[in-house]
Amino acid sequence: MTLKECYTALGGDYDEVMGRLRSERLVQKFVLKFLNDGSYQLLCDSLAAGDREEAFRAAHTVKGVCANLAFNTLLESAEALTEALRDGKPPEAGEEALVARVKEDYQRTRQAIEAFQEGAGG
Amino acid sequence: MERVTDRQKILIVDDSEMNRAILADMLGGEYEILEAENGKDGVAMMRQYGPEISLVLLDIVMPEMDGFGVLTTMNKYHWIEDIPVIMISAERGSSHIERAFELGITDFISRPFDALIVHRRVVNTILLYAKQKKLASMVAEQIYEKEHRSGLMIDILSHIVEFRNGESGLHVRHVNILTAVMLKALLQRTDKYHLTQSDISVISTASALHDIGKIAIPEEILNKPGRFTPEEFAIMKTHSIEGAKMLEALPAYQDEPLVKAAYEICRWHHERWDGRGYPDGLRGDEIPISAQMVALADVYDALTSERVYKPAFTHEKAVDMILSGECGTFNPLVMDCLRDCADDIQTELSQDGFEDRSRRERRNVARELHKHEELTASERTLELLEHERMKYSFFASLTEETQFEYTLNPPCLVLSSWGAEKLGLPETVMDPCEKIQGQAVISQSDMEDLADALHSTTPGSPVVQYDCKLHIDGEERWHRIIARASWSSEEPPRYTGCIGKAMDIHSTRLELERLERQASHDALTGLINRAYAQERIMERLEDRPSGHYALAILDLDHFKRANDTYGHLFGDEALKFLADRLRHSIRGGDIAARVGGDEFLIFLEYKEDLESTIEGIYSRLAGGDYQGFPISVSMGVASTDVVGRDYETLFRCADQALYVVKHSGKKGRYNYYHKDNAVDTAASAVSPIDGGRKEDERKGEEENK
Repeated sequence: MTLKECYTALGGDYDEVMGRLRSERLVQKFVLKFLNDGSYQLLCDSLAAGDREEAFRAAHTVKGVCANLAFNTLLESAEALTEALRDGKPPEAGEEALVARVKEDYQRTRQAIEAFQEGAGG
Repeated sequence: MERVTDRQKILIVDDSEMNRAILADMLGGEYEILEAENGKDGVAMMRQYGPEISLVLLDIVMPEMDGFGVLTTMNKYHWIEDIPVIMISAERGSSHIERAFELGITDFISRPFDALIVHRRVVNTILLYAKQKKLASMVAEQIYEKEHRSGLMIDILSHIVEFRNGESGLHVRHVNILTAVMLKALLQRTDKYHLTQSDISVISTASALHDIGKIAIPEEILNKPGRFTPEEFAIMKTHSIEGAKMLEALPAYQDEPLVKAAYEICRWHHERWDGRGYPDGLRGDEIPISAQMVALADVYDALTSERVYKPAFTHEKAVDMILSGECGTFNPLVMDCLRDCADDIQTELSQDGFEDRSRRERRNVARELHKHEELTASERTLELLEHERMKYSFFASLTEETQFEYTLNPPCLVLSSWGAEKLGLPETVMDPCEKIQGQAVISQSDMEDLADALHSTTPGSPVVQYDCKLHIDGEERWHRIIARASWSSEEPPRYTGCIGKAMDIHSTRLELERLERQASHDALTGLINRAYAQERIMERLEDRPSGHYALAILDLDHFKRANDTYGHLFGDEALKFLADRLRHSIRGGDIAARVGGDEFLIFLEYKEDLESTIEGIYSRLAGGDYQGFPISVSMGVASTDVVGRDYETLFRCADQALYVVKHSGKKGRYNYYHKDNAVDTAASAVSPIDGGRKEDERKGEEENK
């Protein structure tokens, strides 16, 4: 699996990220690093604990990282959740669906990167 | 500790490690990257590195303190003027961007960012600021250069006058120094004349021109060795008005402060406070303060210099002559200034050399520059600062002491790394008063006492030593804090913070307390010993001359038998037992002590009824037994009402009263000393009381067996 194929699998824009970061080495390094980034876990934990302020910051970070790496599918769902959590708004109907979508997109992204990692030989 | 200092530093403040890593990766090759994971850490790093940081890349949404909080802090402490900030955020709302620019950021980059754009903007911003710093230091150099040159021109001009005048060439310089020193003294005394530091510099520079009018005086008069005829003196006197005219005739520059001051000085430096000077006969404060000061400086230097017609007088003689009015009348306030700075004058004049002079000039330039807030520290200053910091941290790392530096504004505490680790605090603590309170390292009252002590120091004696307990690692330990208050160099000086160190003196202090205790306490019973009891009793007697006191001496009957029958260890235990009872028998303020052997003393205060107090104590003390050994106590009591307030007499009389009990065959009782006992006193005076009584008692006990 090439890096470009990985991007297709996770619903990202390979050409866009290459246009901005300009180095396949750099992009690959940070795509792999995404697997170790704690923001997603922090988002799930703080949602479970009912800490909406922390959850907002975590969602915001996930969104920022996805934007940098052009992980557009996860970016969109993380962005929607970020806005739902902004300014300590109380939970609205449909928030659960947003959370579920983020989780689904995250898993898809993660699986694609893991598959790429195996293909890349480690 | 070691840091790469030749690469410029970029501080990345972002809570996402991924984001920091991407930026660091893009820039790390050319710059040294510092990272902070939230706003508070970012602020602490700025405090630590200061303007060494060439650029800050700042996120908005962060825990602890967000990007706006960081910008607000940077504004509060004016760091934003020295350190450029580029904000990088996924926030797209224009209100966010607008607010960030209002808070002083240089640039805003939206996420997702383009690597090339980030790189280009970082390079541009750093170059721009570097250029600005270079320009600032060039301006500083030029101001210095300019001041130096104008000082030089004035020197040359005034020396032309002096050499024509046949004077040493030092006169102008001396008048210059004297004027500056006395003006500073004046500023400390009063703000009546509304003088600023810059006025002082202008006036003392202009003072060099005070005699330029002498150019217009014919040489044969100027250099006449003997006395002037009245006509010649009249011509000589015109030098003041001539000098003023020259300055007035300058086509431009009439609004220059230097020219104005020089005019006043030339024209009126021979006026006198009582109106008897020349040329205008001005009196009192009609004479500008600049001219008054130069007049005094002129006279002082003339007195202390050798002239054709007189020897050089000593400093003391010159001051005496001026103060006594031999050289005309001066403003009393100005004469006070001369008195105030008499010592400074001698030091300044004797230290005056070319180097000192240029250092003084540079000091003035530095002061001027300080006023221009837009000018930042020059590169050279930063280098020196970095060198000092390196020296400091090296020496600090060698000692096991908590070293600290506290600045009042912004309120910030910087700890040596060893100290920070020891106290469990970060190396840089913003608003430390609240935070250290929060962690209860030092108690509120100790903190306040220490702050008071520092605030009430003076620039002349700024060091404070303070012992208190610090709470470290769940333990209270004694520390000695030695701190030096920092005072600003302006007038009047301002308290700006302190530097100092805290040393753990816990074990030393405990040892000292133990030794003190050992010296004052009886090892067996833990009661205080005879010598220490005497000290405390004498203090009491002295402190309250109106109080009624009694001293009782008691001993344990048949003690020798206890020792002989059960052994000395048992005897010791019996004494401990009695001492313990004694401790519980007396009242709060009473003193109990072991005199020696089986003898103890009690010292107590009473109101009216001594008898019932003694009875109460005695009944708690005597009776019962210790492991079969009967506790029988004999006691003699003497009161200040009967024998007076002398300690020795009290002790002797109580001892005699005890003697009477022991020898009356009524052991196990107590007895008061009465005047009637005086007979016994006389009798016992024949042989030493102690030895005699013990001897008799032994005999008595033998008989009792």
